[in-house]
Amino acid sequence: MQHHPIQGFLRADGRKGVRNVVLVAYLVECAHHVARRIVSAIDDPDVQLAGFPGCYPNSYAAQMMAAIATHPNVGGVLVISLGCEGFDRQTLAAQVAASGRPVETLVIQQTGGTRATIDAGREAVARLRAAAAQAPRVPMAVSELVVGTICGGSDGTSGITANPAVGRCFDMLVAEGATCIFEETGELIGCEQVMAARAVTPELGDEIEACVAKAARYYATLGYGSFAPGNADGGLTTQEEKSLGAYSKSGASPISGLIRPGERTGGPGLYLMDVVPDGEVRFGFPNISDNAEIVEMIASGCHLILFTTGRGSVVGSAVSPVIKVCANPETYARLAEDMDVDAGRILHGKATLDEVGTEIFDQVVAVAAGAQTRSEALGHQEFILTYKQFEPSGPGCLPLAHRAGALT
Amino acid sequence: MVSPQVEPAQEAFLLLDPADNVLVCIRDAALGEIVTIDGVAMPLPQAVPLGHKIARHDLAVGDKVLRYGAPIGSMKAATPRGGHVHSHNLASDYIPAHGRDASTKGSK
Repeated sequence: MQHHPIQGFLRADGRKGVRNVVLVAYLVECAHHVARRIVSAIDDPDVQLAGFPGCYPNSYAAQMMAAIATHPNVGGVLVISLGCEGFDRQTLAAQVAASGRPVETLVIQQTGGTRATIDAGREAVARLRAAAAQAPRVPMAVSELVVGTICGGSDGTSGITANPAVGRCFDMLVAEGATCIFEETGELIGCEQVMAARAVTPELGDEIEACVAKAARYYATLGYGSFAPGNADGGLTTQEEKSLGAYSKSGASPISGLIRPGERTGGPGLYLMDVVPDGEVRFGFPNISDNAEIVEMIASGCHLILFTTGRGSVVGSAVSPVIKVCANPETYARLAEDMDVDAGRILHGKATLDEVGTEIFDQVVAVAAGAQTRSEALGHQEFILTYKQFEPSGPGCLPLAHRAGALT
Repeated sequence: MVSPQVEPAQEAFLLLDPADNVLVCIRDAALGEIVTIDGVAMPLPQAVPLGHKIARHDLAVGDKVLRYGAPIGSMKAATPRGGHVHSHNLASDYIPAHGRDASTKGSK
């Protein structure tokens, strides 16, 4: 297939994006309505909503929001604060400004309330869009892409069709020099030994085994694995059965590192994201739904997300496009408009894993070059960020990277 | 009389790895449908939906169940060859799965 060249949006910090989003970010639920009204009044797919609901400060949430607001797909940021919440709005605005992006802040309590802030916000977004439109367009190679993968609504077909097909696509991307991230260590319980054997150093292998053991402890304390009733309806019986199917999304490349949400890889290759918090179980489930995982991969720099589903998830995301790969042919027949790739063809011998893997790769390049995904066309822009607690990564986690260049 | 446009019925079950002791259903299969397991034909003892598993041979309590050539849990109840293998007879060796009634039955 002849690929369209990717024309990235060059940011002042040197990173390149595949979208040019103006983000309206609320810092507490009390500012959500005002921020949503600003976004809905403008009604442009490139003006998007993100936010954090809590009033109590949390360093993870602050780092995640800063990483999202300075993501290469973001060209400008409007911060909406109520005024008395715990989130440090000045630091967030300073981080966005330091990245070379235009940023404005509106404090509802200082601006005159709901109506006045919505009006001021619409004017601010118009200025931010004009500034973002000045971003230079430059050639961008496949090797400059960061691509994440997640599965949601898995069933007994996911591990046979969509997940290994994404694995083939990941192998092709890694071979091209791109960066690929897979995640949800709670959904890799049972795969820790085979995964550790793929690590580029024994120390990294130890870190991978330790982080899956942490996930198993965490979920055991909560009383639930990462296993939804719909997984069982679709024929999956146990956590480890779901895990083995999910694991095949990672393909066959060596694992170059283990990162935390919001941390950047510092180099190309295949990386595992450890999404389970450190320490005592504190704020509840590690990720309360699929979009919480998607947000974490975007915070670590993902330009695009490959989302495999058997039961049929319909979500997309703010900031980065989501390509949905449907594992189950019956689901595809029902939800075709929501699906970008029909991987269930593999079940009936109508396509091979390699063919579907190549099709996913071609879609990655096309979407990076500007083609809309199904969820973008349908207006999906989900975003969810909640409380977590992480310690810094261990020294064995990124053996190949120049750690000074990676966020922690 | 089968019309020429209709494809012959496709095998309903797939062996993912030679070491596996379960087969995965790749299209809905009906009660009594004749299935071939390791070359031996038998009527299916229950209907099986797409994505679900059946036993490749008789499975006893305590047997490790293998899919993708890897263990996915242990049998908690015996099942004969062709029997449905799912939450009623197979359980995780790590973390129990939960159903929709979990919040009314309690979280454990």
